[in-house]
Amino acid sequence: MITVKEVKKSLLVSLWFVFLTFPLMVIKVNPYERTVSWRWSNMLYVAIGTFVISLLAKAWFVRKERRMARQQDSCRSRTPIIQKILQRPGYRYPLAAFLLGAALAFPQLFSTYQANIMTTALMYIVLGLGLNIVVGVAGLLDLGYVAFYAVGAYSYALLNLHFGMGFWTVLPIGGLLAALFGVLLGFPVLRLRGDYLAIVTLGFGEIIRLILENWNAFSKGPSGISNISRPGFFGMEMSLDQAMIYMYYLMIGLLLVTIFVVNRLQDSRLGRAWLALREDEIACQAMGIDKTRTKLIAFSLGAFWAGLIGVIFAAKTTFVNPASFTFMESAIILSIVVLGGMGSIVGVILGALILVLLPEYLRALSEYRMLAFGAILVAMMIFKPEGLIAGVRRVYCYQGRKRNTALKNDE
Amino acid sequence: MMNKLILEVSGLTMDFGGIRALDRLDLDVRSKEIVALIGPNGAGKTTFFNCLTGIYLPSNGDIRLVSPQTGKESRLNGLKPNKITEKGVARTFQNIRLFSQMTVLENVMIGRHCRTSSLILGAIFRGRKTRKEEQETIDKSYEILEKVGLAEQANEFASNLSYGAQRRLEIGRALATEPFLLLLDEPAAGMNPQETADLVSLILQIRDEDHAILLIEHDMKLVMTLSDRIFVMDYGEKIAQGTPAEIRVNRAVIKAYLGEDVESDNA
Ligand SMILES: Nc1ncnc2c1ncn2[C@@H]1O[C@H](COP(=O)(O)OP(=O)(O)O)[C@@H](O)[C@H]1O
Ligand SMILES: [Mg+2]
Repeated sequence: MITVKEVKKSLLVSLWFVFLTFPLMVIKVNPYERTVSWRWSNMLYVAIGTFVISLLAKAWFVRKERRMARQQDSCRSRTPIIQKILQRPGYRYPLAAFLLGAALAFPQLFSTYQANIMTTALMYIVLGLGLNIVVGVAGLLDLGYVAFYAVGAYSYALLNLHFGMGFWTVLPIGGLLAALFGVLLGFPVLRLRGDYLAIVTLGFGEIIRLILENWNAFSKGPSGISNISRPGFFGMEMSLDQAMIYMYYLMIGLLLVTIFVVNRLQDSRLGRAWLALREDEIACQAMGIDKTRTKLIAFSLGAFWAGLIGVIFAAKTTFVNPASFTFMESAIILSIVVLGGMGSIVGVILGALILVLLPEYLRALSEYRMLAFGAILVAMMIFKPEGLIAGVRRVYCYQGRKRNTALKNDE
Repeated sequence: MMNKLILEVSGLTMDFGGIRALDRLDLDVRSKEIVALIGPNGAGKTTFFNCLTGIYLPSNGDIRLVSPQTGKESRLNGLKPNKITEKGVARTFQNIRLFSQMTVLENVMIGRHCRTSSLILGAIFRGRKTRKEEQETIDKSYEILEKVGLAEQANEFASNLSYGAQRRLEIGRALATEPFLLLLDEPAAGMNPQETADLVSLILQIRDEDHAILLIEHDMKLVMTLSDRIFVMDYGEKIAQGTPAEIRVNRAVIKAYLGEDVESDNA
């Protein structure tokens, strides 16, 4: 278990932390009364807290190493328990049916306010699934994802403002426009890799936001565009509450479509090429995969989903301004993908629910939101780099031989 | 034996800044032939493969490929790697480059990519054509795995395979692209004698199935038993070429491998 050496190390860590946090935790200056108070007791709390956490982390690592060692002995790869459940058809379908039922009943059981929060969460799930294609599956680190979201939102806002076009007409247009932007950005940028790609996409996101902020004639600048129409439902008049609930069901529908499509994409010739591209570009090209084209498809598909959700966002809030499309949004969506598990649909759903709903329900802690985000991501990188739920590879069955022999028997 | 010419390299030169890694190299491969490319470390053998497969753009020279099936002739210089693979040249890597987070079968399925065509809509709607193509991909990949002796491990992660098995998987993955010319970069490196023996019979089987093979290898026993012809390189230049029997007694080759002394002793 834990040795004396490790306890000593933890002691050192806690001393170091006491030293680091000394100015923050112990000294308190009151500029009005011109007094300085020394809160010595805080030192003790920091020391004990760090000591315990550091010991726990150590114990966890020891356990993990043992488990790895055992695993290598038995030569068996461990599937996470959630994946095991999901893979068993006996559990899988009832579970999915139950979740779907719960999702459908949600607005009936809870207030519109709750449904509204849920709608937001659903939007982030779809955004996460879209970005998951780009980052999780194809391995292209895109930090400017919010730009495509903005393209979608502003396409609806502007087309609605100038031409009075309705939600359902603009929904596909917004998606396609975002995808087009994806292709335009992708062409020059996708030859870059890793960090460089991240920096350029980050810049692109900011450029789009700055254009929207400063090109008053086009986008009405920082004051934004208001009075955007809500989505219609065969020309029915809806109260605000009804409109909210309609929005909720609309998002459920879009989410189901997205899950279906993303699932099929991942399990296809294209999906395999993306995964391979994530691992080794040179080997991919040597296997005959067109690198540029395959990346471009991933990039623009991801952008397409961001565009769709952008249109929905504009319709939901009936107001858009550039402040909604800051880098923070990109960061949150990326955190969803990383937290949930790169390339795993269930993981992304879970990640989005955690990162969107927790801050909503823990309003008291909202000041520490960014701190918590950072802490969560760092902790994930250390303890579970593959995300909450790691993606699993499909098992294929060989039918050819049987079929061939069957044919021969027939002859 | 005078088979059809399928690869003709003439005057191939590759400069990296001041370093000349390949110096006016000439080489040809005929169909159904096993040709070995040997030479000391750093001679430029891998660089030669990289030029052939479009990973490096050669500074000078000409690479001509003639398809034995269609007789169509094409120039490979300046083509993208994936286009060259489409034309029928596939390779393995000296330092294994498998997709380690994918299964063994999926690695081979990736090789089928350039012989299949379904895209976004095919993936989403999964029509009859796509389903047929997918099943074909799976079946053909399984057949290849059986050929290279990895069918049992089809659904394991590629990274879990032993070293020798990984090398064989690389060959399988290359075969999946349906090449008529297969380039193997030190396929026996790090293999034990049993694995090497298996490899030899695998290479012979591949040759008998109408693939020409260009092989870089340090294991002289393997080279001498397998090859129809041998090219020897040193410092980017071709120093000898001929049958194994000719190469065995070639002065320049012995000198390159054993150093100056040999010549001065004999002189
Ligand atoms: N990308 C590169 N940049 C600079 N020099 C290179 C590069 N690739 C290979 N070389 C040089 O070319 C020479 C031949 O290398 P290589 O083809 O790997 O040799 P071999 O495979 O015969 O052992 C070496 O001197 C190496 O340093
Ligand atoms: Mg080499």
